[in-house]
Amino acid sequence: MASLKDLRDRIDSVKSTQKITSAMKMVAAAKLRRAQEQAEASRPYANGMDKVLASLASSAKDTAGAPALLAGTGKEDVQMIVLCTAGRGLCGGFNTSLTREAVRLGKEHQAAGRTVKFICVGRKGIPAINRNFPGAIVETFLDIDKPKLTFSKAAEISAKILEMFDNQDFDACTLVYARFQSAIAQIVTAQQLIPFAVEETGDSEDAGGASASYEYEPDQGEILADLLPRNLSVQIFKALLENAASEHGARMSAMDSASRNAGDMINSLTLLYNRSRQAQITKELIEIVSGAEAL
Amino acid sequence: MADTTEFELVSPERLVASEQVAMVVVPGAEGDFGVLPQHSPMISTIRPGVISIYSNDTTNVSSKIFVAGGFAEVVGDRCTVLAEEAVAVSDLDAAAAKDRLSAAESALSSASSDGEKNAAVRELAIANAMVSAAV
Repeated sequence: MASLKDLRDRIDSVKSTQKITSAMKMVAAAKLRRAQEQAEASRPYANGMDKVLASLASSAKDTAGAPALLAGTGKEDVQMIVLCTAGRGLCGGFNTSLTREAVRLGKEHQAAGRTVKFICVGRKGIPAINRNFPGAIVETFLDIDKPKLTFSKAAEISAKILEMFDNQDFDACTLVYARFQSAIAQIVTAQQLIPFAVEETGDSEDAGGASASYEYEPDQGEILADLLPRNLSVQIFKALLENAASEHGARMSAMDSASRNAGDMINSLTLLYNRSRQAQITKELIEIVSGAEAL
Repeated sequence: MADTTEFELVSPERLVASEQVAMVVVPGAEGDFGVLPQHSPMISTIRPGVISIYSNDTTNVSSKIFVAGGFAEVVGDRCTVLAEEAVAVSDLDAAAAKDRLSAAESALSSASSDGEKNAAVRELAIANAMVSAAV
């Protein structure tokens, strides 16, 4: 059986672990709030973009010579998967579930005889992708949230994607990220970026009516060509913000349960410690008494 | 008839401005255009330049905001400008703008591929507009 000193040491060590986890939980909560505010602030822009794009795209999609970003290249032989994970661990199953989804998508494409390439945003997705698809990672973006997640970082990523698309390095591009639902629920989402999937809104009649009466300057096609690359950055920025909020939410709940586990462990160790201490005192008493009797 | 237009300037990171204005002049891709109440609905791309806001009447500029491109949507009594970069002209730093201009020039001269060249040309236009706005 462990000596009293061993028990004391273990209790101390669990206590300091608990201090760390509860501090991390508090930090994650603060960061989560900030990430949510940022996501909130970016919404008007994304909504405006969506609205204009929807009215433009619905009329342009069927016409010949629609931009490749909207209509696709006509093939789907090479698939690009952009995987957004966290830069750090200790956030429960967050990174694992994102990576699992990306690997599943990749295997699906491979089974259909297509080539798969990856762009990893955030450090944590890289090892698993390398293991499952050796040499498939073409680009990585690390530490995008340091010191702060800004639109220019998202623009950098989209510029790289566009450059590769222009070089015809891939035909279709999918973004894998975690949509933020609540601090305890994050939904792993695969969103098609290229060709861009225009959301079919229920009030398409309204949009159609509005688009018919717009004047376009310079003209519809040029605006669309200008808008689509911008939209890519916006979509990526939105996904990164959601992902950041999800990461902090996941870390918060992971650290919360870790702190609770540490508390349980401290309780049971303290109980064990007190029992052993009492047992030792009793043993010493018995020894003294029986020693005195023997005289 | 309403005598003001609701003007909104939005950047990807935040809502920069939202106010009732008498007129707003936006640097459209094919020339500046002023938006008065009851403007016909239109969508236009924006070149790098300065948005002038006339909040009380149509003769006095009340504030100027530099934007680095984007697009504007005008519907009825609302004018929404989606800009990638938006800075109040009074906050522009002439020296920083000149730095950016020279950086853009050197990027253009060292650009090797078409993609790099396009990006450099775009950056140069932004920097140029910024320098002329900052003076």
